[in-house]
Amino acid sequence: MPDFLLEIGTDEIPARMIQEASQELQKRVEELLGKNSLPYKEIKRAETPRRLVLIASGIPATQPDVQEQLTGPATKVAYKDGQPTPAAHAFAKKAGVDVSKLQTITTPKGEYLTATVTNKGKPAAQVLAELLPKEIASIYWPKNMYWRAGKPERFVRPVRWIVAMLDGEVIPLEFAGIKAGNQSRGHRILGPEQVSIAAPGQYVEVMQAAHVTASTADREYKIRKALDAATRTVPGARWREDAGLLKTVVNLTEWPSAILGNFDKQYLSLPEEVLVTVMRDHQKYFAVEDASGKLAPHFLAVLNTDGDPDGLIRHGNERVLRARFNDARFFWDTDQKTPLVNRVEMLKVVTFQKDLGSYAAKAERTGTLSEKLCSMLGKAGLKVDANAVRQASQLAKTDLTTELVKEFTELQGVVGGLYAKAQGLPQSVADAIYDQYKPESTEDSSPRTLEGAVLSIADKADSIAGMFALGLVPSGSKDPFALRRQANGMVKTIVEHKLALNLGQIMEDAREGFKGSDAEKKFTLRGEAYVQGVRNFFRERLEFYLRDVLGLAYDVVNATLAVGADDVVDAVARAGAVAKVRPSADFESISVAFKRMKNILRQAAETKKKVAEPFSPAALKDEEEEKLAETVPGVAKRVKELSASRQYEPALIEISRLRPAIDAFFDKVMVMVEDEELRAQRLGLLQTLVKEFSSIADFSEIVTERK
Amino acid sequence: MPTAPTYQELILRLQNFWAERGCVLQQPYDIEVGAGTMAPETFLRVLGPKPYKVAYVQPSRRPADGRYGDNPNRLYKHMQLQVILKPPPDNVQELYLESLAAIGIDLRKHDIKFEEDNWEAPTLAAWGVGWQVMLDGLEITQFTYFQQCGGIDLDPICAELTYGLERIAAFLQDVDSIYDIVWARDPQSASPVKYRDVRYQDELQLSVYNFEKADVEKTWKHLEMYEGESQALINQFNALMADKNAGAAERERFPLLAAYELCLKCSHLFNLLDARGAISVTERVGVIARIRQLAVGLAKAYVAQQNVTVETAQQQKGGAA
Repeated sequence: MPDFLLEIGTDEIPARMIQEASQELQKRVEELLGKNSLPYKEIKRAETPRRLVLIASGIPATQPDVQEQLTGPATKVAYKDGQPTPAAHAFAKKAGVDVSKLQTITTPKGEYLTATVTNKGKPAAQVLAELLPKEIASIYWPKNMYWRAGKPERFVRPVRWIVAMLDGEVIPLEFAGIKAGNQSRGHRILGPEQVSIAAPGQYVEVMQAAHVTASTADREYKIRKALDAATRTVPGARWREDAGLLKTVVNLTEWPSAILGNFDKQYLSLPEEVLVTVMRDHQKYFAVEDASGKLAPHFLAVLNTDGDPDGLIRHGNERVLRARFNDARFFWDTDQKTPLVNRVEMLKVVTFQKDLGSYAAKAERTGTLSEKLCSMLGKAGLKVDANAVRQASQLAKTDLTTELVKEFTELQGVVGGLYAKAQGLPQSVADAIYDQYKPESTEDSSPRTLEGAVLSIADKADSIAGMFALGLVPSGSKDPFALRRQANGMVKTIVEHKLALNLGQIMEDAREGFKGSDAEKKFTLRGEAYVQGVRNFFRERLEFYLRDVLGLAYDVVNATLAVGADDVVDAVARAGAVAKVRPSADFESISVAFKRMKNILRQAAETKKKVAEPFSPAALKDEEEEKLAETVPGVAKRVKELSASRQYEPALIEISRLRPAIDAFFDKVMVMVEDEELRAQRLGLLQTLVKEFSSIADFSEIVTERK
Repeated sequence: MPTAPTYQELILRLQNFWAERGCVLQQPYDIEVGAGTMAPETFLRVLGPKPYKVAYVQPSRRPADGRYGDNPNRLYKHMQLQVILKPPPDNVQELYLESLAAIGIDLRKHDIKFEEDNWEAPTLAAWGVGWQVMLDGLEITQFTYFQQCGGIDLDPICAELTYGLERIAAFLQDVDSIYDIVWARDPQSASPVKYRDVRYQDELQLSVYNFEKADVEKTWKHLEMYEGESQALINQFNALMADKNAGAAERERFPLLAAYELCLKCSHLFNLLDARGAISVTERVGVIARIRQLAVGLAKAYVAQQNVTVETAQQQKGGAA
């Protein structure tokens, strides 16, 4: 059973694309082998910036033969007077057997000629040579390119060599004008340039000798070790774990090592946020902290070479970082000459979005919206410093005009906050500006202060309202303005700060902000279409939050949101309570009963049956229904009281207590009786039950085992 | 340790290297451009099927980047060494690495990485994919496989190597400020002439002009006039192509290259107005679109004109046979 090796050698593949492409190639080849009766024992992949590699062991040298039964012409056509006709001869020829070997088969349509043919399995090398190029060509790349004249194919970067082997034999495949061989290439600098592969099983070892650690996991291990070792040269120091950065450097190197460099302590007077951003985002350096967790004047660079015996590489990296830090300090000092308050005017020439106008206009709208939010929160008894929010809204985007943010765009907001503080503005204003973009993901925390939360919500609501009104609604994988992320951020912030805000109201107020503006003339989603679009969008975001962030079951989420999705905090409380009581047998039973009640009421409505509203307890006849009718008002009252203070779990337990009465009712009482008046009363009773007890959740949405 | 090359030696070595590999050595284009890509040796030559190899230094003006000569790492006008290889040879990356060796960089002692960086110039309707080449953490070259230019898909594509000359020189000479780069050294006295001696006045005065003195109203007028003339020429050329009676010679001699120069003027004046803070939000989008329209119109016209030349040549050949 031979082993199979495929290596696609390219110019450097972008670090962010390597892993997914390699996984996809593996999946494609697995499927190809499976579909073509070429089972493998084990398949492994490896990948570096310059190669995607697959190694499969134990593949059959040839496909198994396959027997196939062919059906030919009808017997009565195939034979005349016992002699085979030209039709029979033609069929025999096609099947590749002698006429005498033809057999017959009886089908419902009559008797036909048949022949059993053996399809010889093809050699695995031939199958792979034929089919692999198409799989290679089909790999998805977020951005690809042409390189050959005539533009015959696209790939992420030019393909330079291909190794394709079954044991020692080269598989004669060709892709992008490159014929596969057994020659790979070593590390770009450390080499050797040409590497002969004798057999697939030796690939990893041979490449290791050529200064290429092909396995991603091995490189990561090597880098961690190297970072540890380099950090140990500074007593008490630790390197800051950074999963994203680690992934990047793993995918930027074939033969990694690490060095520790230093920078002058004087730069530590710059904010840590700035220093870390420069190191991580611009130089791909790991930050180093001292024993107390404070940033230390060192950095770690991951190299794609053997080491740095002469210290030249360290020297070069230190030089670059020094220049970067100098720039940052220069920007910081320059920026201070124009305080944020003097930059408000400058926002008039900074575009927010081409149809929505400038950031100056956005700041104004956000300010107005923030004020409305503050007054809503004030009414609910939350103490917000409305003055701080107003000031923060006004200054929030001014850092976009600073040199530091122009250079380090990822620090927008953060820089504004730092400058506000440096310029003596109140801490609450500085913090709100600093946190305005938070939370930037579901893992990120929401703004630390209430003022920050209000600003963050107002800013995001304004963006979403404007984009939606312009018809720039996210769809499928298309969400160029990250509106989903922003809406997720709003939901998370409202929940975590327990804000008594109504999403529908926020979005209506946000839409108000555009009234009479030039932007409004370009709006395409108007009136009810806007309201409905925004409502559906936020309902999805809330669903996402309840399901993916809080981990609640989808039916719990549906049941909860079916009765209201505007008050986020309330919805979360209701969903949490429903999730808690859901496992109990009583609740399950109640859910079944509510489903049944809803069905009965729906059928009644469809057949235009009369429903007594309100029902009259005196008109009921059976003991079970009288009992149920008696129980309802008391339970309803307690549920209302508990719900008023959001004690939803006890409220639901209260509802569960109806179970014996409801069960008995359905056991003994027939609702759809002939007696029209009695039926109307019974339907009225059910209607009351559904109405009274569906304010927390729509129980009929709960998926139950019993029907 | 051998002494690091001076700034001019660095340029000479790179030029020699690429000349030896078949490149035409062009001289810097004599109209303001923001990047070597905008010089016609790149923008126009990459269009169409004709192979071409060229290298040239291009002083590149970016008014908004000026810092009055104060900042050790930033310049209003920096210099690029631009190399166009059309089509790119299979070993283009290896060739590039050899060029680094040619300027005295021992790659075995340094750390070199090709990190994804895709290049895009909206005003030129041009883009490509490639890398920033990082040497010991310093970006020294932009390496691009050019895919589209002036809105036209390139076939063949080309490789564009843009060396940042000041950065590389500062690296080789191990100085922290661009202004401390030794530009030239007197062979007799060995006394240096520094970047500061050659360029400081230029940086200072042009920063003053770009940020403070440029007359906004007149600059707008210049922009409009250049734009008008460029567009008029494009329109005339298009009319000429549509005119069935127009002869090949008339089409071939039509001054599209002049129209392109006028377009470059517009681009520079736009950058100047931008640095001057004179462009509002709404204007900005509009002006970029207008310049892009010129660039796209010119690219199309240029390809059409090249085809006229090719057809003429084929007809002559056919006539002779």
